[in-house]
Amino acid sequence: MVDVTDSNKATVAPAAEPAERRPLPRWMITLASIAVVLILWEIFGRQVNPVFGSYPSAIAVAFWELAITGQLWTALYDSLRPFLLGYALAILIGVPLGLLIGGFRVAEAALGIYVTAGYAMPLVALVPLLILWLGLGFAVKVAVVFLMALFPITINTWLGVVAVPKTLIEVGKSFVAPDTVILRRIVLPATLPYIMAGVRLAVGRAVVAMVIAEFFTTISGLGAVIINSANNFDTATMFVPIIILMVMAIGLNWLIGFVERTVAPWQAEIAGRDRE
Amino acid sequence: MGEVSFLDVSKRFSLRVDGEVHHVQALDRVSFTVKDGEIVALIGPSGCGKTTALRVAMGLDPSSGGRVIVDGREIHGCGHDRGMVFQHAELLPWLSALQNVMFGLEMKGVRGTTLRETAEKYLELVGLRDSQNRRPHQLSGGMKQRVGIARALAIDPKVLLMDEPFGALDAQTRESLQAELLDLHARTRKTILFVTHDLDEAVLIADRIVVMKAGRVQEIMDVPLKRPRPDLGIVRGMPEFAETRYKVWRAIHDGATVH
Repeated sequence: MVDVTDSNKATVAPAAEPAERRPLPRWMITLASIAVVLILWEIFGRQVNPVFGSYPSAIAVAFWELAITGQLWTALYDSLRPFLLGYALAILIGVPLGLLIGGFRVAEAALGIYVTAGYAMPLVALVPLLILWLGLGFAVKVAVVFLMALFPITINTWLGVVAVPKTLIEVGKSFVAPDTVILRRIVLPATLPYIMAGVRLAVGRAVVAMVIAEFFTTISGLGAVIINSANNFDTATMFVPIIILMVMAIGLNWLIGFVERTVAPWQAEIAGRDRE
Repeated sequence: MGEVSFLDVSKRFSLRVDGEVHHVQALDRVSFTVKDGEIVALIGPSGCGKTTALRVAMGLDPSSGGRVIVDGREIHGCGHDRGMVFQHAELLPWLSALQNVMFGLEMKGVRGTTLRETAEKYLELVGLRDSQNRRPHQLSGGMKQRVGIARALAIDPKVLLMDEPFGALDAQTRESLQAELLDLHARTRKTILFVTHDLDEAVLIADRIVVMKAGRVQEIMDVPLKRPRPDLGIVRGMPEFAETRYKVWRAIHDGATVH
């Protein structure tokens, strides 16, 4: 800062250190983005016939009405039960299945095609068949959520196993680790980031699956709120569960990110990216 | 006790290049012996089979013919009688330095308090006791390789096999690790077989140098430098160093033996 060629300048009190330019925290940017979207939606939403569209303040009012009557909480509970069970089953079965397919040549050759095909399966078209098998109740909803969430988890786990560096496995081999130990202590931790990515991708699909199940089986839960209010041309109320579902997906995504940083902290550290 | 013998070891494998199958003779009746407590360097141009020879000795790759005898017994697959140091350390990224050393010990069946104490002892030996809780990405390249060496030494193998262990390090770090390796050798008297492409390194560290070319042993040379070699800087200035280095260079480059 001191210019030795100019004695005058040297005596001048040095200007205050330029404030270190800190990038805006992520949450601030996100909040600002939400605010802009809500304001624009409010302004333009009000121009539209309330049957064809809605706007945030009307949706907030509808939310309040659903909330005080208790209707919303019952619906949410009815939806969450099959959702969480189906999603949890998908993780519990999808991860070991992916490890199996990725880890063993025979399993990959024998089962890989079904998983690849299953991922592209038009599940909506299969719902009537599932109803024939499982009835219209809780079980079929769990099954639909499970089937939609299973494949992204399995495929990602599988890809993760295939991507494990060969040399890390050789480390295990060189210390005479049995295959099961290599799978549990080297392959599984090395695959964790992929598994978590699959678990994240599955959230969105599981939410969609839940609504599909509620539309096509016994109309219940948040899906029922959507259908009933749509049938009554009550568009504002229809948006309430839709927004709740989206917020729920964001919340789950955040939760998964938190779990990921807890169980696989090295990954974020290696990637050197602040995910906060 | 820690003697390693290659007896007519061959290794062929097939490569598919543009739909054509090529047969590669990676090792062609390779025979040499590393005596107990000796350090032998395997050197040669890339593709000469030096790394393949090391991997066969470790048991990571099966040979297509011949035998490798370690401590009087023919090897079949990997074993705790050999400790491998990998080119890029290959530490498990989710484990701390200490846990990485413990991993090898656990695989050998070490349990309880001995497990931790032994791991700490070997980290101490490589001067990393203070960094034992760091994970690999919090360690420098040289520190990682020290952990790799500690992990291999901790299982107390008869032979240490090292695959270009310092090849990926910067010059200064490489020099200090070379000196440390000699120091570790002086203390543990382990038999060491190491692969390198660095002429200086081979001459500085080894007692004998096996020069390989196209899968064959081209020549085996003694390094006429006495042990201990506490100051590698002084060794570099010795006429024997320059002479041996030149001989090895000739052997690698045109196969002509210089006498």
